[in-house]
Amino acid sequence: MATETKKLSIICFSGDFDKAVAAFTLASGAAAVNWEVNVFFTFWGLNILKKQQGRRFIGKGVLPRFFNFLMGGSRNLPLSRLNFVGISPGLMTGMMKKRNVATLPELIESAKQLNVKLIACEMAMHILGLTKADLIDEVKEIIGVPTFLEYSKNGQIIFIS
Amino acid sequence: MKYNLDVTKEHCPMTFLKVKVKLAQIAIGNILDVLLCDGEALENVPRSAKEQGQRIIETRKEGEHFHVSIEKLV
Repeated sequence: MATETKKLSIICFSGDFDKAVAAFTLASGAAAVNWEVNVFFTFWGLNILKKQQGRRFIGKGVLPRFFNFLMGGSRNLPLSRLNFVGISPGLMTGMMKKRNVATLPELIESAKQLNVKLIACEMAMHILGLTKADLIDEVKEIIGVPTFLEYSKNGQIIFIS
Repeated sequence: MKYNLDVTKEHCPMTFLKVKVKLAQIAIGNILDVLLCDGEALENVPRSAKEQGQRIIETRKEGEHFHVSIEKLV
């Protein structure tokens, strides 16, 4: 059988709970069927990768610290619809567990296990005053557009907004 | 050596994902017997194993579930 490597690159612009679930379901699913997978996180998407999962005043500068506090981390991701002042992601996670569907932390863990390449946008990091140390250790690279284009060359690209 | 894995309570992508992770943990030449449900799992588990270069030894029905035996080749 020919061992042609297939490649999927996901641009995760959104920091919404449901869209993060979609991004990590695709990423871990594709990695499980031997695709090479890159997930490039930018703007709101960076909240998924923050080491501090709750609300913390992190980042360099007054405004970035304020923004980072308001946005929070992976425990504060809102549902894109019917968020009900932040109650819905917890309710949704409960429903997912009840129905034996992988939760967001499980999907993120699976993606790490399957060597999905998690990469962060240099420009968005700069705006939000974040450094690599603010993100989970699995984020090995902070890159710009040319590097992303190089990584995603000859593969499929999906933009999650 | 033969290993067993039950994914009857799992859903996409955890069905084939758990099989991939388990296959990575066992040595080449060993067999992984996966217990799974009809539908998505029965379709995706053998397909993803084949795409990884593994060999499907047999698929057999047992009650309402299925067993898929996979030999790890790579």
